[in-house]
Amino acid sequence: MPGEHFTVAPHWEWWILGYFFLAGIAGGSYALGTMLRLVGDRRDQPAARVAFLIAFPVLVVCPILLTVDLGQPFRFWHMLIDSSSGVPVFKYWSPMSLGAWALTVFGIFAFVSFVEALVLDGRIRHPLGNRLARALSGIFGRLFLVVGTLLGLFVAGYTGVLLSVSNQPVWSDTWTLCGLFFVSGLSAATAVIGIWVWRRRDARVTTEKLSEADRYFVIMELVLLALFFITLGSVVSKILSGGWLLLWLLVLAGALVPLAVHFRPAWARQVPPLVPAVFALVGVLALRAVIIFSAQS
Amino acid sequence: MARTVGFFTDVSLCIGCKACEVACKEWNQLPDNPVQFRDSYDNTGQLDHRNFRHVRFLESATSNPDKPVAWTMMSDVCKHCANASCLEVCPTNAIIRTEFDTVFIQQDVCNGCRNCISACPYSVIGFDSQSGTAKKCTFCYDRLQNNMTPACAQACPTQSIKFGDLAEMRQVAADRVTALHSQGQTQARIYGDKEYGGLHAFFLLNDKPEAYGLPSTESAVLPSRNNAAGYLGVLVTAVVAAIGGLIAFRRRGEAGPERPPHATDEPGSRTVP
Repeated sequence: MPGEHFTVAPHWEWWILGYFFLAGIAGGSYALGTMLRLVGDRRDQPAARVAFLIAFPVLVVCPILLTVDLGQPFRFWHMLIDSSSGVPVFKYWSPMSLGAWALTVFGIFAFVSFVEALVLDGRIRHPLGNRLARALSGIFGRLFLVVGTLLGLFVAGYTGVLLSVSNQPVWSDTWTLCGLFFVSGLSAATAVIGIWVWRRRDARVTTEKLSEADRYFVIMELVLLALFFITLGSVVSKILSGGWLLLWLLVLAGALVPLAVHFRPAWARQVPPLVPAVFALVGVLALRAVIIFSAQS
Repeated sequence: MARTVGFFTDVSLCIGCKACEVACKEWNQLPDNPVQFRDSYDNTGQLDHRNFRHVRFLESATSNPDKPVAWTMMSDVCKHCANASCLEVCPTNAIIRTEFDTVFIQQDVCNGCRNCISACPYSVIGFDSQSGTAKKCTFCYDRLQNNMTPACAQACPTQSIKFGDLAEMRQVAADRVTALHSQGQTQARIYGDKEYGGLHAFFLLNDKPEAYGLPSTESAVLPSRNNAAGYLGVLVTAVVAAIGGLIAFRRRGEAGPERPPHATDEPGSRTVP
């Protein structure tokens, strides 16, 4: 049940919005790449590589945004190491501490898969790269991808937990935020992969599968959105007042336009594939923006 | 010799003189407040990095035509909770519990992530953009280490702010409530016995906590209450999304490769044109 709040806002603003958006894309891309790699057919492998090629560069931006947002950016390492004792700081009950570690470890997995994708794509021709690709080709490679995916999914979803584990209005009043951020991150990742896949002839065959996956993600997002509003109770007025309605319209458009195109093959033929993808990305960004900013207003 | 200390703030004795605010500012060398015109004698506004003590002026309408407004004053401060939300979420261990059982932000460790501000249910912590760190009442840690009374309690002319051993302060508060009840002030109550495991800066209030901008006992819950539900939400969503993804990406034609392309031959070579 939503409680009363006498708190002040932490002023998490544009940098954090950027981080939440990109973390969802990075984690989601890695997970989708793994699924395509492990259950897709041979023709889906270029799309899987595209997903890994997206995950790492997007992930690299995340800690930069987080660091810039700090009051003392040069103390970013205090997130991982206790500056007094020099030992690692790991507080499993603090989502920010967990997230800092997850970002770091996931970064290793994302980097290795990125390099592997470059090797398999023929963009890197080096004996070390070849050795890496061979090492990841068997059961170890599968296990590596599964562990990386779990970390990626955590990075995509923990941002919702980070907001919930507070005493701020809206954020701490609903349990749906985490799932909502998670599934919208997957949807954004599908859109980014979809755009790239469409530009790569050898990967274009996977477009239909990505569309189908996105359909499921968008439906889940809509269900979670409904639950989000229901669980907020009286606090809902805080996020629906004034200009926030405009952002909510963008959120809805971002979910409904791709869904309409998916369900209407005739529209899909007329509308360039870039259009539903851009709508999806704008919608996901708007969702995070309205949740971050309206709760702190 | 370290001891568990406490503040007992009795709002029934506060006259709103703000001596506590001034003493706190002076001792802690806190910056001035920006000039703002407020429709109140409360020219401090709120607790933050500039104000470790804040005298709230709570105005309420009365039925007496000669005195249409009644004022209650309350000197607010960090509660130094036994189970502190800020300390719980701080990812850098910048927020520590001192040998006096108070909650202290180490300025040389804090990196300004502001997670503590998000977690504090009493809007106590402020972000100082000059130092890039979070700041709040230190319970005059430096004075405690030198066997001195915190500046606010030292300056309070009405003994509204009392300082001493926590157990002793609780006894003083209980006696005071009993006395007020016997005088017919049945609204008098202690705030801080149960909330967050017991507050080390607790209050005698003349009304329900919400009237003073304090969460009720039922609402005073740690942020970690949402950890399990949050991660469970991610887990359930992840499972459903994974099923959706597996259905969408399932093999429909040619069997998938046992290994990714090129891995067994020449990893550097491109077979897909």
